[in-house]
Amino acid sequence: MADTNGQPEKPVDTGSPAAGNGSGNGPGNGSSAVAKVLADAKAVRARATEELKETIKAPEKTDVWKSILRVKHDETPRSRALGVLSNVFLHLHPAKINRDAVAYKYTWGMGGMTFYVYITLVFTGTLLMFYYHPSKIIAFRDILYLESDVPFGKLLRNMHRWGAHLMVIMVELHMFRVFLTGSYKKPREFNWVVGVLLLVLTLLLSFTGYLLPDDQLGFWAVTVGTNMARATPLLGHAGPFGPQLGMTPFNDVRFGLLGGSIVDSNALLRAYIWHCVAIPILASAFMVVHFWRVRKDGGISGPAPMMLEREIKDVRKI
Amino acid sequence: MDFHQLWTIVSTPDNVPIVLLLFLVPFYTWYGMRQAFANDRLIAELEANPEMAKTHHRKTQPYKTGWAKEVHVWPYLLRIEFLAAIIVTVILMVWSITLNAPLEEPSNPTLTMNPSKAPWYFLGLQEMLVYFDPWMAGVVMPSLIIVGLMVIPYIDTNPLGNGYYTYKQRKFSILTFIFGFIVLWVSMIVIGTLIRGPGWMWFWPGTTWDHNRLIFEVNRDLPDIFGITTRVPKIIFGAIVVGLYLVAAGIGIHKLITKTAFNRRIYARMSVLQYVVMQTFLIIMLALPVKILARLMFRIKYIWVTPWFNI
Repeated sequence: MADTNGQPEKPVDTGSPAAGNGSGNGPGNGSSAVAKVLADAKAVRARATEELKETIKAPEKTDVWKSILRVKHDETPRSRALGVLSNVFLHLHPAKINRDAVAYKYTWGMGGMTFYVYITLVFTGTLLMFYYHPSKIIAFRDILYLESDVPFGKLLRNMHRWGAHLMVIMVELHMFRVFLTGSYKKPREFNWVVGVLLLVLTLLLSFTGYLLPDDQLGFWAVTVGTNMARATPLLGHAGPFGPQLGMTPFNDVRFGLLGGSIVDSNALLRAYIWHCVAIPILASAFMVVHFWRVRKDGGISGPAPMMLEREIKDVRKI
Repeated sequence: MDFHQLWTIVSTPDNVPIVLLLFLVPFYTWYGMRQAFANDRLIAELEANPEMAKTHHRKTQPYKTGWAKEVHVWPYLLRIEFLAAIIVTVILMVWSITLNAPLEEPSNPTLTMNPSKAPWYFLGLQEMLVYFDPWMAGVVMPSLIIVGLMVIPYIDTNPLGNGYYTYKQRKFSILTFIFGFIVLWVSMIVIGTLIRGPGWMWFWPGTTWDHNRLIFEVNRDLPDIFGITTRVPKIIFGAIVVGLYLVAAGIGIHKLITKTAFNRRIYARMSVLQYVVMQTFLIIMLALPVKILARLMFRIKYIWVTPWFNI
């Protein structure tokens, strides 16, 4: 390596396509054959060095680079647009947006930040799953172990906990902003409905996670929460018309939620599966729909030009 | 004044989000309403001056002729998103380093926590348990909140205020939402978190949580106040009172949504179904503060007593 680095200029000519001729295989006397092989090797090495330098100097010209990114990245509007449109992670964005729509004042950024916190939660949650067994007695010990022995375990748990709270707050503020700007109005009615479902799923995600440390806090919170279910009209054993329909603590809706008549190991397992598998999948699916519909309904709602009262078109009455 | 108790409540790790909420919700309400009022001023100007309405770009955002109407997402939006991601990460990191997630003793079904509280975002519902039976507060009301939120776009026939902050053009819907979100949802969460102590009793901030405190409140059922003691008359009486409430609330809400000329114009755009759905949800929503007032002012427990359910 050292001598090739010492003579960078010289092998430029040999680096040209002609160098790879592969000749010199014919029989000859020993010493000249060895010399030829050595010379060839030197030429190949010089060429490789040259190619490496080219690659480092302009990696965007290599086939690998082109195959990954597919488009040129230069300072043209076309490239800027393609940079967003041809990227799977960015393609939910349009290439261009209204100049006013980037104002934080209008959007509060709560929807996007909610999504980001959700990603953070999936990431920290997956890491937490490596250290957690959803069964009684072990579950609580896992948390203690996580807090005291796992490197950064405490930070991981804290981030997951506070991230969850942050997500609930952000979802509510996002909804507040969407309401204040009237963004649920035509044509975005259905996306508001999807958003409400996402709010419910967010609360359920947070609630199912509450039980998992299996401490007094989670246990009693979930006990209080699921005790409501026994009062479900018709379907709970303590609810209106429940007993009349044959509901008992062992066949009502609360039994179905907990997998038993008390919050115990089955409830822990159910909470775990809802929390780590079922609801994240559901929520992800609804998020896909939510984001997709934002685009299909014409992008972010505003700031739109104001409409005046005299411009209301009266609807035809039947 | 028991500052130690106050600090214990406020600094409980799981209560920190509520403290955060106490600042964030008023801030964003102010932040949104400030823009709404700014827009309203411009709307008033445009209403008064038809010539200006034809030429103005109808936003409070700055605008000059010759400016491009649109900007590239890369970099003008993506850099903001990137920055937001960094800021959220930093906030979350700092929060997680400085404050530990709560972990209490291992779960023990034989040792009841007092007070035993649901997670903070459900405390509004738990607070509702004071005023309603669990089937109402824990099942019917949450379901109606969810469905009620979902139907909002379909019953709001006001075409104004689509995509910009405004108060003047949507007074009724903005006030209703703020009433539901801030007065009924957020403030009940705050009460449930910061004020409710052992036995779910009311402890003003700064008073000591006394686990032996007893409150002698005699809550009576409405039929008992009127001296009705037998079962069937109780059912009939309760049904009449609830029916009267429904009618009165319905008339009141109708008065409200047809109060101004503008409101009547919006009302004229509603179909019968839209009107009925809107009335239903508003009447039920109003039942909550009405019941709270009936409890707090007249110590009334139930209004309608039946063998199967009580309201």
